Amino acid sequence: MEFFRIKQDIPFMRYGKITTAISMLTFLFAIWALAYKHLNLGVDFTGGTVIEVAYQQDANIEKIRSTLAQTGFTEASVQTFGTTKDVTIRLQLHKDSTSAKTSDIVMTALKAQDANVVLKRVDFVGPQVGKELYDNGALALLVVALGILAYLAIRFEWRFALAAIIANIHDVVIILGCFAFFQWEFSLTVLAGVLAVLGYSVNESVVVFDRIRENLRKMRKATIPDIIDNAITTTMSRTIITHGMTQMMVLSMLFFGGEALHNFALALTIGIMFGIYSSVLVASPLLLMFGVKREHFIKETKPTEGVTADGAQV
Amino acid sequence: MNRFPLWKYLLIGAALLISTIYTLPNFYGEVPAVQVSPTRSVIKADITMQQQVEDELKAAHIPYTLAFIDGDSIKVKFSNTDIQLKAEDVLQARFRDGYSVALNLISASPDWLTAIGAKPMNLGLDLRGGVHFLLQVDMPAALDKAAERYTGDIRSQLRDQKIHYSSINRDHQTVIVHFSDAATRALASDYIDKNFSDLVMTEADANNDYTIVASLRAEVQKRTQDNAIQQNITTLRNRINELGVAEPVIQQQGEDRVVVQLPGVQDTAKAKEILGRTATLEVRLVDESHDIAAAVQGQVPFDDELYTERGGLPILVKKTVSLTGDYITDASPSFDQQSGQSAVHIDLDSRGARIFRDVTRENVGKRMAILLIEKGKTEVITAPVIREEIGGGRVQITGMESTQEATDVALLLRAGALAAPMNIVEERTVGPSMGADNIAKGFHSNLWGFVAVVIFMMFYYRYFGVFSSLALTANGLFLVALLSMMHATLTLPGLAGIALTLGMAIDANVLINERIREELRNGNSPQAAIHAGYDRAWSTILDSNITTFIAGIALFWLGSGPVRGFAVVLCLGILTSMFSAVTISRALVNLTYGRQARVAKLSI
Repeated sequence: MEFFRIKQDIPFMRYGKITTAISMLTFLFAIWALAYKHLNLGVDFTGGTVIEVAYQQDANIEKIRSTLAQTGFTEASVQTFGTTKDVTIRLQLHKDSTSAKTSDIVMTALKAQDANVVLKRVDFVGPQVGKELYDNGALALLVVALGILAYLAIRFEWRFALAAIIANIHDVVIILGCFAFFQWEFSLTVLAGVLAVLGYSVNESVVVFDRIRENLRKMRKATIPDIIDNAITTTMSRTIITHGMTQMMVLSMLFFGGEALHNFALALTIGIMFGIYSSVLVASPLLLMFGVKREHFIKETKPTEGVTADGAQV
Repeated sequence: MNRFPLWKYLLIGAALLISTIYTLPNFYGEVPAVQVSPTRSVIKADITMQQQVEDELKAAHIPYTLAFIDGDSIKVKFSNTDIQLKAEDVLQARFRDGYSVALNLISASPDWLTAIGAKPMNLGLDLRGGVHFLLQVDMPAALDKAAERYTGDIRSQLRDQKIHYSSINRDHQTVIVHFSDAATRALASDYIDKNFSDLVMTEADANNDYTIVASLRAEVQKRTQDNAIQQNITTLRNRINELGVAEPVIQQQGEDRVVVQLPGVQDTAKAKEILGRTATLEVRLVDESHDIAAAVQGQVPFDDELYTERGGLPILVKKTVSLTGDYITDASPSFDQQSGQSAVHIDLDSRGARIFRDVTRENVGKRMAILLIEKGKTEVITAPVIREEIGGGRVQITGMESTQEATDVALLLRAGALAAPMNIVEERTVGPSMGADNIAKGFHSNLWGFVAVVIFMMFYYRYFGVFSSLALTANGLFLVALLSMMHATLTLPGLAGIALTLGMAIDANVLINERIREELRNGNSPQAAIHAGYDRAWSTILDSNITTFIAGIALFWLGSGPVRGFAVVLCLGILTSMFSAVTISRALVNLTYGRQARVAKLSI
């Protein structure tokens, strides 16, 4: 059984201008979302306290709020999540609170109001630690990008490396843009997801590039756009199936993984969708734009006697 | 062309067998146990101690399934939690001083598995509940304390040498000594230079004020900080033993931070209280030459501090510390022989004993204050008159309000003081129900994803899909086995990592299968197609996996906590998937098709 038996190469490169325009638009939209709406940074990065509690019956949010206000937490944000019995309490960091005593005070106050409340989770992060995590996260993104750039430059050629990395950063920015636009919480695990996407999405570009390199050696008469079209078309079914498989796993995480893995799976889902698009319709047109030539690869092999550079036998 | 030599099959078989054995313990679950571990280094967990534990249980008629030595503790398995709790009570009563008795869970896998070192993966706090603290050591305070000590030493030694200084005081991390003439200063400078090699000095003159500013050398500062964090870790360990937590994690992180993980702890308030406790004793002389009434009015002499005694009377105490709690080797609650009052008995080390003897000899007839410093609050416990020189390093402190207070003070002193204060900079608590919930959800997300992938692969690639699915199963097995062998800690992001790597691992097989189909379309014979398919796909697999590997390494390098757990799984998963996708599936293909001379059609 085969779903994607494509006889003729699809002229992807002919649509290069349109696809580049589309990705430019999404990219600019993501930048706009990041600049004007900002990432909804989780407690990991901002510092502060998040407390999750569970009640046996529906939680009375108003009552919780007033109890907290009486205890001195006037800026507490209280919300239900998932069910009406689970409540998340967010407390901002105060300059003078360096200890994690807060959670004890909150729990004591809530217990006094309703003895059945159960503590599910507490995350307290000091401002210093939050900032370090943020800096390290940004550094990790940079290191991964540079590492991939270096590896591809060695294995392929700098044009390929540059095209792949731009396509990847395009994916990452779009994920971040989505998180900013929808104000989904950006936590440490989401960052791990984004970095995993950076590694994963480059796979896509590498598989296509690999085929382009092979075609450059094999299809000696074809033009560069034809070679790229052929490479994309022949790897198309693999691209879709692989992404489908990974997406199945990720969707399984999204549906069955619970609250804790939800945003992580969400970041991966967006990453996988844009990963296909960018490897095919961003990286390859860029490659063309950077002016990739057959000589970039052929010159490595020793010229055989009687064979000209373009491969014609005399 | 598609045949593996025998050794390759054997290698694959061996890898599968070893992996299965090491994966097994993860499926056995855990049984309740009690762990008895010595808290003092003089006591060793050995066969005698094991015998003592067993005898105690037999005497109380408590059935146990197995008692054994595990590292530096004795562990005893029980068949259910009721017996476990009874046993804990019995053992707690017998092993009090110098031991910690804690409830624990031990792998229920058969003994032969444990014997060959096959253990299940540790579960992270997010999967079994517990609390995680990141504590920051206040290094400037540690350096201040060191400077304070030098101030006292310089003061007493200059006095001994009869070198007259006009005043000496500490400013942050420097010691400043003032002199009235340059000659005395030169004398002092020589002396300090010879006797305090840890200090660097600068001199300054300003109209008739000649000063020496001494500060710690850079390498000494470094050493002080290293010692401070080490002492704090030791102290924390002592304090955590009081909590009776099984398998706590206490580790240094970076230069000035300590990670404390307490699995299964639910009473976080108590945990925080015990961690945050700081208690140290100071022995200082009482200043009786100044007017106490004036001091109460606000005119406290420069060298003194004003406190209130237990009885409510104000007392003037010298700033100079004669002896600190650092010299205490042991402390225990006791009763005063004469008055019958609650007391604390402390033992000093040889240096402390010498200092204490000197102080008491030189100040017979004067009063000596014993101060307890806890959580930054200083309290004068007692201020007795020194009747005679006290040698031998055994000191009894009376003035405790109750037996309970004497016990508490002794415990705090024994657990040791922190070299520098610490703050909690990060706290993560996961309730036990949430932990169990996380495991179930993480496991299900893996299972359903895996089932979906396998069904699709078999449907889409038929026989080759079966091979790929088996390779994927082997990959999962290898990954879990590797993690178990490394005794890695499995966390929720780690579970996510397993799911993600399984999803990504199938990529290699898809690449191979697609390549084989393509070769067949191009008119190659089935055998040649298989060969070319695996051959050509390899470089692509390598390139695409290495790039992901780079991301994994960076995550591990720069990540912390949960992100690291994810990174480890990601990196290992890439390695195992490269092996299983290429070798295992190839072996299966070779076994199926490689032996036939002519293959008419491939099931792909």
